[in-house]
Amino acid sequence: MSSILKKFKPKEGSFWETFKYKDLLYQLVSRDIKLKYRRSFLGYVWSVLNPLLIMIIMAVVFSFLFQRNLALFPIYLLAGRTMFEFVNNSVGKALGAITDNATLLKKTYVPKYMFPLSKVTSTMVDFVFSLGALVIVMAVFSFTQGRVLFSLWNLGIIIPIIQAYIFALGLGFFLAQLHVFFRDIRYIYNAFVTMWLYCSAIFYDIGMFYEKADRQIAEGSLPYAKYLAFVVENLNPLYIYIKQFRYFVWVPGIDNVPYWAAVNQWDFILGTIYAIIMFAIGTHFFKRSQDKFILYI
Amino acid sequence: MENSNSQPLDQGSEYIIDVEDVTVRFNKSTEKINDLKEYFVKLVKHQLMFQEFLALQNVSLHIKKGEAWAIIGTNGSGKSTLLKVISKILKPYKGSVTVRGTVASLIELGAGIDPKLTARENIYLNGCILGYDKKFIDSKFDEIVEFSELEDFLDSPVQNFSSGMKSRLGFSVATIVQPDILIVDEVLSVGDVLFRKKCMNKMNEMLSMGTTLLFVSHNMQQVRAMCNKAIWLNHGKVLKIGDAEGICNEYETNIEAIKAEERKKRAQAEKALNDQAESIRKKREQMNAANKQ
Repeated sequence: MSSILKKFKPKEGSFWETFKYKDLLYQLVSRDIKLKYRRSFLGYVWSVLNPLLIMIIMAVVFSFLFQRNLALFPIYLLAGRTMFEFVNNSVGKALGAITDNATLLKKTYVPKYMFPLSKVTSTMVDFVFSLGALVIVMAVFSFTQGRVLFSLWNLGIIIPIIQAYIFALGLGFFLAQLHVFFRDIRYIYNAFVTMWLYCSAIFYDIGMFYEKADRQIAEGSLPYAKYLAFVVENLNPLYIYIKQFRYFVWVPGIDNVPYWAAVNQWDFILGTIYAIIMFAIGTHFFKRSQDKFILYI
Repeated sequence: MENSNSQPLDQGSEYIIDVEDVTVRFNKSTEKINDLKEYFVKLVKHQLMFQEFLALQNVSLHIKKGEAWAIIGTNGSGKSTLLKVISKILKPYKGSVTVRGTVASLIELGAGIDPKLTARENIYLNGCILGYDKKFIDSKFDEIVEFSELEDFLDSPVQNFSSGMKSRLGFSVATIVQPDILIVDEVLSVGDVLFRKKCMNKMNEMLSMGTTLLFVSHNMQQVRAMCNKAIWLNHGKVLKIGDAEGICNEYETNIEAIKAEERKKRAQAEKALNDQAESIRKKREQMNAANKQ
């Protein structure tokens, strides 16, 4: 194995060069994790408690607002939000990764991919820690409902996590290089995230769109809710990842699986294609502009 | 346009570093544009311009294995830019750079030091930034600690360190390998006398082992002691290239000449100013006299 690695000679400036620096990736990721949890006794507790508290508030507010009685709504909500936060946080951190390491990049040669890559990776580790919140909520519901909500199915979450990781890397690379030249990309991204949040069916469900479309058809008006549902389900990669994630943690626990929550191979293929395309776009632009970074940071 | 690339040493060429006709270009526009809003404002106003500034112009340099080169010149002459091109931090705008062998560059010690991490963690982080793997750092860890003289502070955060301690840490990590090429950029002006001496010894030791040295310094005595070749840069162009001794002498006389010239100019300017003041005083006296009458 090691002899294969030694023979592996990636071209300078390509993404694959980061494999030669895998120990550096480990150091950078462990630095982020260590600094987050060092000297704060509640460090890990916070990364579980924070999503829990937000979930409770949102569950109360939205079950009151929508009155939809979605089974196991807190699990539905938390699953969606955890996934959304993972992509959003990792892209947000990757965005500033190049400019934050300006002094280092001016003084030594390091593959520049390293910095967005380490940010997305450390956020993924954080995300895995915060899954503790989901475990707690599922345990509570197992207890109140008198049946075990955990199953081997749950391990399937690894599929959407890998897809989302690759997607976040691509978007992170793309925005990180853009941020070097245009520092106000951050504000644009923040506004975009708000829109993205509402388009990802986190606190509502796509079934609402279809029901509305049915009413619109009955009334004889244009069923635009159906088109909206189509856009969210097919053109928003993040929703595709959230849908798959829910399929492995929320769906196994409920009795009547709604038609819009069922995942088929199409979702898996589409999600993977989006991830690969985003990764290709991100690395392409990053590679093209990385030699100019030093003139702008 | 060829990109710089590092290849294994035994490639047959007698030169370890080939800098071939390198030009480095910067944008010297009056205002730096780095956000979209400004970009569009300038675009609409037709003020997007590119003011060219050539930090290096057609510089060629061929270095054989085992030589010790000094790069000298006044501030802003392109010395650091040349080092950055050789250590792959900057890509040349024109020309090519070929480096055959491993490079350890001491351009700024501890650029990768994270102040919130402990010295121990920083040794690993910094070592990995320089491209070593963890196993290698493990095996050299004691050596690094011993050289940096930081045994008692290994587990305290580096933000509590003095600047001398930080550069000791940086130097120790950067020099644990026997690199084929060592690049040193005025880093030795920090730290106490004893440690500076230790660094000099370490560099000499490396030189005697056959490492090629690239050294930037304003101190001609250091240059004479360490180097046998020198390149003299002025405004991004090569002014002189050759034996260190000769170039050092010339550089020193040149600097003296420039200083003397400046002194002369200053004296002249002062004299002109005095003359002017004198004439104004005389005029005023005349005017006063005329007014009285």
